[in-house]
Amino acid sequence: MNDVVTAIQAVPMEHYVVLSMILFSIGMAGVLFRRNTIIILMCLELMFNSVNLLLTAFSAHHSDPGGQVFVFFIMLVAAAEVTVGLAILVMMKRNVDSVDINQLSRLKG
Amino acid sequence: MTTDILATLVPAFPLFGAIVAASLRRSLKGNAAGILATLMIGLSFACSVVLFMDHQVVGALHAAGMHQEVPPEGGTHIVKLFDWIHVGSMDVPFAFQIDALSLTMMLIVTGIGSLIHLYSIGYMHDDERVATFFSQLNLFTFAMLLLVMGANYVMTFIGWEGVGLCSYLLIGFWYKTPAYNYAARKAFVMNRIGDLGFVLGLAWLFSVMGTLNYTEVMARAGSLSTETITGITLLLFVGAIGKSAQLPLFTWLPDAMAGPTPVSALIHAATMVTAGIFLIVRSSALFMFAPITQDVILWVGLITSLLTASIGVFQNDIKKVLAYSTVSQLGLMFVALGLGAYSAAMFHVTTHAFFKALLFLGAGSVIHALGGEQDIRKMGGLKGVTKVTYVTFLIGTLAIAGIPGFSGFFSKDAILMAAYQEHPLLYAATLGVSLLTVFYMFRLLFLTFFGTYRGKAHPHESPLVMTLPLMVLAVLSVVGGALNLPHLIGGHETMKHYLGTAADGISGEHLHLEASTEWILMGITVALIVLMIALAYNRFVKKTTLDPEADKLPFFQRLIARKWLLDELYAKLFERPYAWFSAHFESIGERKVMVPLMVGTGSTANRVGKLLRRLQSGNMSFYLFSMVVGLIALLAWTLYHV
Repeated sequence: MNDVVTAIQAVPMEHYVVLSMILFSIGMAGVLFRRNTIIILMCLELMFNSVNLLLTAFSAHHSDPGGQVFVFFIMLVAAAEVTVGLAILVMMKRNVDSVDINQLSRLKG
Repeated sequence: MTTDILATLVPAFPLFGAIVAASLRRSLKGNAAGILATLMIGLSFACSVVLFMDHQVVGALHAAGMHQEVPPEGGTHIVKLFDWIHVGSMDVPFAFQIDALSLTMMLIVTGIGSLIHLYSIGYMHDDERVATFFSQLNLFTFAMLLLVMGANYVMTFIGWEGVGLCSYLLIGFWYKTPAYNYAARKAFVMNRIGDLGFVLGLAWLFSVMGTLNYTEVMARAGSLSTETITGITLLLFVGAIGKSAQLPLFTWLPDAMAGPTPVSALIHAATMVTAGIFLIVRSSALFMFAPITQDVILWVGLITSLLTASIGVFQNDIKKVLAYSTVSQLGLMFVALGLGAYSAAMFHVTTHAFFKALLFLGAGSVIHALGGEQDIRKMGGLKGVTKVTYVTFLIGTLAIAGIPGFSGFFSKDAILMAAYQEHPLLYAATLGVSLLTVFYMFRLLFLTFFGTYRGKAHPHESPLVMTLPLMVLAVLSVVGGALNLPHLIGGHETMKHYLGTAADGISGEHLHLEASTEWILMGITVALIVLMIALAYNRFVKKTTLDPEADKLPFFQRLIARKWLLDELYAKLFERPYAWFSAHFESIGERKVMVPLMVGTGSTANRVGKLLRRLQSGNMSFYLFSMVVGLIALLAWTLYHV
């Protein structure tokens, strides 16, 4: 355990932050600009995990296990979210025979 | 303890009857509702009689010094059921006051009430809403009993409003005729004007006294300043004006004849309209200290009785004649009250209840016999057909005319004597009222029962269930005078002494004339009455003079026949301005302010909605995008501010 922590601490904090920002931005861009719902869901996961990475890094650098607790929590919620998201996806495929998110526009005002 | 139970039962029976008859009105067939209602009032009457006997016995024992548990203050017994209103310094118990005054009124209300209920079984036999009728009649009796039995002004006021409501309901009982509804509404509105005065009087009284219980108020009446007591009594009198149909609020009573005849007899002759007199006698300890109010009462009563007696002479509707007669007689009672002759007023209330109920029921019997005809010009010659009605009606007429020996003679004489003691001119005025009464009552009697029949219906005598109450009331109208025989002819003024135990005003009366003066006045009165009857006989039996419609009469008579144009005056003074204000509030306030405001609010919401609708594009990417933008904005805002 201490080896892992030491390994993480070996890389400077700034690198983690930049990496997380890059991953988060890629995820957000995917969510915003892709139309395939599966991709959007995957991008969401990417955003989650960028945050997770950051939290773990901070946790290690500050020697505070609280950050890791957060990570577990987020993973749990993400699992639940994916369940719902995939269920919607399946229903969407069945109903409109497409995974294009812009097909879901029937509630247009 | 027995007293408490009996006193509770007296109003409980009619209330029970009202609730049962109202809730079972669809399943009570035929006479069931009528019998139930009559039974309830009968039981109530029986309880009142027992209470009265008990009270009499206790009073007598008390006088003899034998009774140990002497009720306090001259036989006043308070039956407290529960604490009702208890707020701050205000303490109003739900309590009944059993004393000579309330017992007298209870006996009148339940006794005459039960006779009229019995009569109604026959009169309302064919009506499809007969159960509703009886439930309302029972409810009225309940409210009237609350009014007379209440131990504080609030209880009386609740009863006061209750009888007003029942009066409204029963005047408009045949609601399918719009005119009847107008009459009911008129009665209600005019009564409200009076009620406002009553409420204000009560509020004032409470603010200076801190209590509204009769016993406490009367005990401390003398401690008030003259201005305060005059103001309070004037306001109370305004309430009495409304309920007892005096000038300027009397015009509702003649219109109230739209109701079924038993209603007119019970509510608008015998009981409810005497509530104003009851109120003043009940508060006589206050009124004694307010000479200005007494003068106002005297003048209002006198002018009302003169005006309405004159109107009665030109009426052609059998019930309207009696209605104006009622207002006029009530006016006489107010004259007595104004003179401080409270016992004379109460005596006249009692005898008037007997003979006016009799006359109304007799009129109802005539109307029934003629199949709904009310115009006396289309009657006549009913003497031979409806014998019982004729004889009883004749007795009633003799009683109201004040023929010696009949009850009306004694009660009216008491008022005339009190008037003479005040001023001979006042005596002349009240005598004038009496003579007008004699004239129009005999005109009514002669045109209805004498001569030849002028209508087209086939008259028939009413059934026994209707004539029996007539006979009982006729007997009471004859012997009712025995209640209060004057000293002059060897009586003891029993009623006066009895009531004197309950009302300070009565025990404080000091009316006394020389015996010879009384004899002379009595002689003058009787001679003029007989002259008046002869005049009426000459005009209506020998020649059968029928008055044409009001517009064809000469000017002065037309003025009187059209009620001194009072309705028109009120229309000009109050209804027109009111209608004018309403119209302008409608055209300006409603159309120019309220409507634009309301419509504007709605259309603005619509327009905003239309604008916001565009946001709901249905484009998921756009939603996601705006969500992100929003989050970033929030984040930025938080960073900037924290």
